[in-house]
Formats: sequence, C-alpha cells, structure tokens
Amino acid sequence: MAIIERPSTEVAVPGTPTVVKPSEALGVFKRPAATSSWKDWLVTVDHKKLGIMYGVAAFFFFIVGGLEAVLIRLQLMGPEGKVLSADQYNQMFTMHATTMVFLFVMPMAAAFANYFVPLQIGARDVAFPRINAFGFWCFLFGGIFLNTSWFLGGAADGGWFMYAPNSSTLFSPTHGIDFWVLGLQITGIASLTGSINLIVTILNMRAPGMKLMRMPIFTWMVLVVQFLLLFAIPVITVALFLLSFQRSFDATFFDVAAGADPLLWQHLFWIFGHPEVYILILPSFGIVSEIIPVFSKKPLFGYPIVALSGAAIGFVGWGVWAHHMFASGLGPVSVAVFSLATMAIAVPTGVKIVNWVMTMWGGKLTFATPMLFAIGLVVQFTIGGLSGVTHSVAPSDTQQTDTYYIVAHFHYVLFGGAIFGLFAGFYYWWPKMFRKQLNETLGKWNFWLMVVGMNMTFGPMHILGLQGQPRRMQVWTEARAGEGFFNLGFWNMIASLGSLILSLGILFFIINVVYTHKSKKVAIAPLDPWDARSLEWMTANPPVEHNFDSIPTIDHLDEFFHRKYEQDPNTHEIKQVASAEEVLADMNAHPDEHIHMPSRSYWPILVALALPIICYGLIYNRMLMAVGAAFLLLTMFGWAMEPATAPDDDFDPPASGEDGGHTKELAPLG
Amino acid sequence: MADTAVAHGADHGAHHTSTGLSNNKLGMWIFLGSECLLFGGLISTYMLYKGRVGEGPQPDQIYDIPFTSVSSFVLLMSSLTMVLAVSAAHRNDDRNTNLWLTVTAILGATFVGGQVYEFTAFYREGLGFTTSLFGSSFYTLTGFHGVHVTVGIIMLMALVGMVRRNRIPGSKAETVEMIGLYWHFVDIVWIVIFTLVYLIPA
Repeated sequence: MAIIERPSTEVAVPGTPTVVKPSEALGVFKRPAATSSWKDWLVTVDHKKLGIMYGVAAFFFFIVGGLEAVLIRLQLMGPEGKVLSADQYNQMFTMHATTMVFLFVMPMAAAFANYFVPLQIGARDVAFPRINAFGFWCFLFGGIFLNTSWFLGGAADGGWFMYAPNSSTLFSPTHGIDFWVLGLQITGIASLTGSINLIVTILNMRAPGMKLMRMPIFTWMVLVVQFLLLFAIPVITVALFLLSFQRSFDATFFDVAAGADPLLWQHLFWIFGHPEVYILILPSFGIVSEIIPVFSKKPLFGYPIVALSGAAIGFVGWGVWAHHMFASGLGPVSVAVFSLATMAIAVPTGVKIVNWVMTMWGGKLTFATPMLFAIGLVVQFTIGGLSGVTHSVAPSDTQQTDTYYIVAHFHYVLFGGAIFGLFAGFYYWWPKMFRKQLNETLGKWNFWLMVVGMNMTFGPMHILGLQGQPRRMQVWTEARAGEGFFNLGFWNMIASLGSLILSLGILFFIINVVYTHKSKKVAIAPLDPWDARSLEWMTANPPVEHNFDSIPTIDHLDEFFHRKYEQDPNTHEIKQVASAEEVLADMNAHPDEHIHMPSRSYWPILVALALPIICYGLIYNRMLMAVGAAFLLLTMFGWAMEPATAPDDDFDPPASGEDGGHTKELAPLG
Repeated sequence: MADTAVAHGADHGAHHTSTGLSNNKLGMWIFLGSECLLFGGLISTYMLYKGRVGEGPQPDQIYDIPFTSVSSFVLLMSSLTMVLAVSAAHRNDDRNTNLWLTVTAILGATFVGGQVYEFTAFYREGLGFTTSLFGSSFYTLTGFHGVHVTVGIIMLMALVGMVRRNRIPGSKAETVEMIGLYWHFVDIVWIVIFTLVYLIPA
C-alpha cells in the first residue's frame, strides 16, 4: 500500500475536475508540488519520467564507455602502440566493460522496462513508485561515484571480473578497486530494489483479463530478468563485501598465503556473472519479439514457446556458470556437467531464433529502421551464439580461454545482440515516448554504419583469437605478428578502423535525435505509426500521467490489434474495424473518476544521496562515513513517516465511496 | 470517519491485485527470497573456510555451545512474541501490539548482546577478524546476521513509536505483519547458522 500516496497537485480527471489539497499533517517536509520545472525531475515518482531519466543517464555512460573502447582500439591499431601506458590500458578495459555492463545495458533495459511494462500490462504506475525513484538515483550516484575514481588516483584495473587475489591491495594499491567495489554495491541496490518493484508490478498490477499468457513478450522477458537479478545480485553483493573487507579491514578471504582458495571469488563472481549475461540479453530479446511481428504483419509464431523458452533460459542460466572456469582445473566431472548444461542452454535460445524467423516467414515485411535493427540482432546474435557453443566444448574452450576469440564472442552477443536490440527499441518506441518519429534515412545510415562497423571490429577478433592473440594484451610487436592471411597487424588495423565506423554510426543516432527534435519540418507522429499490436500503443502520444483514462479489460493476446481488426467468420479475412484514434477515443469515453496517482517525494533522492557519502567516507575518512550513516538513518525515517495512503478527506470534494460507487478505487494502485 | 477511513485503508491492500496478495507483502516475500541467496553465499564461504585456522584457535576450542544455545532459544522465543504482536495488531489492540513488539525487541537485543559478549570472548581467546580464514568468515557470517537482527530491532522500536502516536501510514496490521515476516526470516536463518556453524563439528 505504499503506493497510494497523496496527490499533491490537481489531478486532471476528465469529466470531474477534482482538486486535491495536500495535507502536511503527517509528513516531515511538505510534499514537493512542482509539475513542470526541472525540479520536478528530482522528485518525480512517475515511471515514465524515471524511464526517460534512466535512458538519458545510461546513454551518457554509453558514450563514456564507447570512448574508452575507441582508446583501446587506437592503442592496438599499430605495433608498439603509445596511446596508453600499460597502467592506463588496464584501467581502460576494466572501466569499459564495467561501464557497458552495469551503467549502460542494464540501466537502458531498466529504462524500457520502467517506461513500458506498466503500459503493457494496463497499469497506472509501478507497485512502489518511490522505491522506483530511489533505484534510479542509486544507479546514477553509483555510476558517478565509480567514475570519479578517474580523477582520484586512477580507476579500477583488475578486469571486469576482478579476479581475487589479483585484486588485493598487494597487486592494486590505488583506490581504484575500492571505488569499483563500492560503486557496484550502490548500483546493486538499484538493481535489487528495481527487481522487487517490477516483479510485484507484473505479478500484481495487471489489468483485468491480463493473464500471464496474454502479456506481451517484452514484459515476460522483463519478468524473467528481474528474477535473475533478484537472485544474482545478492551473490555478487557477498563477493564484493568479502573483497572490500579484505581491502579495507585486512580480512583474509583471498589471502593465498593464509590458505585461501582463489576459486572462491571465481565461483561467487560467475554464479552472479552468468545469469548476468542473460540479464543483459533477454530484454533485447523481448524488444525484438515485439518488433518482428509488427513489421511482419503476423502474430508472433509460437507465443507460449517464446515466453517459456525465455523462462527456461532463466532457469538453466543458473547451472552453467563454471564454463567460465574450464581452464581453472575444476576436475573432469564438473567440466563435463557444465559443458553439457551449456550446450543445453543453446536449445531454448535457438528456439527463440527459429520463432522469430518463422514469424517473418510469409509475412508482409517492411524494413523500417526498428525492423532492421531487430534482424541485425537475430543474425549477429546467432553468430555470437554459435561461437558460444564452441566454448561449451571444454577442450576447445581451454584453447580459446583468454584470447580475442572470447572477446569476439561476447561482443557479437552483447553488441550485435543486446545493443542492437536496444537501438531497435529506440526507433520503435521513440514516437510513443517523444511524439516524433526518428528520421528513417538517418536511421538507415545509423543501422548500416553500425552493422559494418560492428562486424569489422569484432569479426577479425575471431581470427586474432584463434591465432593466439591474448585478451587484455597492451601492445603487440611487428616481429611476432605473423605473415600472410593471419598477420595480426592487418586484422588489428581492420578492427580499429571498424571501431571508428561503429562510432560514426552511433554519432548518426545522436544526429538523428537532434535533427528530429530541432527541425521544424518533422511533424508530430501519428498515434500508431507502425500499426502495432500491444497495449502500450493504446495510450496518447506521449501517455498522460495516469496512462489510461479507463483501465482496459483484456480479452486477447495482442489486445490492441484485436480492437483494431476483426476476422470475417466466413471468409477468414482480416478487416480493419477501427483506427487507433477510434480505439483510444472509445476507451476514453468512460473515464475512471477519482484517479489516485502517487505523489512526488523528496526522500528517494535524499536516501540515495547518503550512499556515496558513506562510500567516500569508507575510502577516505571514517568520520564522513558516520555522517553519511546518520544521514541515511534520518532520511529513511523521513521516508517511513511519509504517509503512503491518501486519506479520503484529503480530497476536495471528498470522495464519496459509500454512496453508489461514485469513487472508483483503481486496481493498479492497490 | 477516522475509523471508516482506517478500515477502508486496511482492506484496501487485500483487494484489487492480480494475485490477491497486497503489493507490500508480495514485495517483502520477494525481498526475503533474495536474502536467502545473500546468506547462502556467506554460509558457503564459511563452510569452505571453517577448517582453515592457520595459527589461530579451532572452532571447537572456542565455541561455547551451552551459552549460544541459550541465546538461540531467546531469539526463537522472540518469534513467538512477534506472532502475538501480529495477532494483537489484527485485533486492532494497540496496547498488546506495543507490548509484544517491545518484548520482541528486548529478546532480540538480548540475543545481539549475547553475540557481542561472544565476539569479545572469542577475541580474548585469540580469534580476531584477521587471524585466520576461519576467523574472517565466522565474524562475517554471524556479523551479517547480527546486523540483520539489529536492523529488525530498529524497525520494531520505530514501529512501537509509530503505533503509539498513530502515525503508521497505511494498514497497521499489515505493517506489523510485514516486519514480522522479516523477523521470522532472520530467526530461521539463525537456525541454519546455529546448526551448520556451531552444532556440526568441523
């Protein structure tokens, strides 16, 4: 019930103008009431605004991580690279991976999940709007905290999986790894609270008739991902605590001289780390599962199979972590078991790919930019998935471990897969979020440059890796580069040029966004530009604050499509019976009265602000830590005392629930 | 009017959700699911390292099973008083709710006090946090549990204050029940820790 908060401003309800007067009887601060200024973004609990904020912040970190990647490629472009010192190079690849995984792909998926899951299930907001805001601020402050290490003596340099004991103070005496550990703890809080929030939202706040097997696949995949996060984050939390206790308080967990087992970190990290890769890819699978049917003019082939194979990936994803550790001497039984499990997980993944292809088969395909990116995912993820199957064969994997072949594999699945899926989502949902459609010509430039750049960058890495170029190698020399087709210099040069083309492609995306929103020639997008199928398109562009004037009752999978089209019972022909505008007008004809929306709050940002203070204190000054802890406790009390339920007499005129059901208490906010 | 508003608020959470469980309660259950993995990781670390004592004392040299059994019993009894508090809250009986919440907090504090005593005793017998792998993992595991109990005590005391001044936002009974869920979970975790750490010989 934390979610029924007192609306602090006028809530525009069609039909009955209900003026809501906030009372300050119980809160510590007055509830913030700004609605339009920049301050509103600091105190908002609206899932759509938070989704946009996640997106903007994540894209900023994408550019940071991308520049780091370009520096890495420039260093390796020619022999004896002088762009980065060895130390800087270590920091660069560590922070590149950390930024891309934790500060771009995860929060960008959270951006889409926040914005679209409530819309897709017919809810007015998420289950815990304040916790939602808190999660965003934790992510942002954690990311900033992590990156301040660049200016405070150097960033973390242990690689993104930070193997202990290599990450102990003996081998990495700067504070970089301390920043990394604590920064990831803070973003971990964001992921954990976000997962609880979204799971409860999806399980509890579906519109009437929205059964689990009628939910859009994107929502399904988000649900699976949140369960993965829920159980994976605490494991990395333990690992990070052990490492920071070792670094800050001289605990012995990874002290080999004291008898520690170096595999402990590897197991803890990869029990988190392997579900993590599905956390990164499944949201993009969800996005393309929305896009491919729309641009094929067909329903998704085998909807239940696609949903359940996503869940199957989620389950089996817990039983494959040790395939990251084949080279560490686990013993034949473990290696065989994890090898087989890894091969098995390719099955549900392959099922999805088959379903996407079968959806396109015989469809009326239109190749708009979202569809291009979706097809890009299908093709490139398949390539990356197949090289992944070669890793599952343990003898072959021991040859590939720590070579560029691995780098090629995970960039095909994560860049070619996850990031292409996110770009497909940008183009597909842009008109819904921002009222304007991104330019198609620029979009195609964006797509093709990214495809060429991506394959030029990461394709040659297969060759480099199989020729033995080790991962994380800082320089290579002409003398040992080899000759002919397998000359390392040639392929490194191609990869580096590819990374520049890739950057150019992403620059086109930014140009496209600026052009679309600055140019007066770009008209407002129609309500339903793609002839879409799912519920999020049954709202205004952009959706009003309470999403739906009346909560729809769901009778079908692809409800929106079924409201637009009907099948002739005799001829089996599909006819359009209503336009999107008519569907929306029909739904809005009987608006719910007295819509309770959660109100803005200062507490999420304040509580989140306490966390980096504590962490700086832990690194530099224990007094500062105590101040931060006191601040945390006080702000948490402030939050707890802030009333969660709007008392009925807060409304003017008072709600009259007793006489004749005039007031409609709304399911999604209960 | 105030009464009807409370009653209205109280049953509000039970209605209108797709699963029938209120959002808060479902959220707490899901959070506790996540906590299982947190303690799972810590317990695994301890089980891996319990025999690696280096120069420091062995587990069976320092554990005082009778003492820890008593403090475990105290903690288990606090689950009983927590149930009584929840039951009183459902009857809308503020006096008894507060009484049993306070007793629960006192029992919890007794347990934490016992743990502090135990830590100091172990430290005097030569087991520091950095002495051995066993020491680091023992203090980390039981320390994390102790922090969980302490957080629970803070929540219980805050709850008492809020019930007394009638400042609980939302349904009182459900709020008490949710803190109860957390409290029982922390108790159950202790049963696991007590069995694995203290009772099963290394």
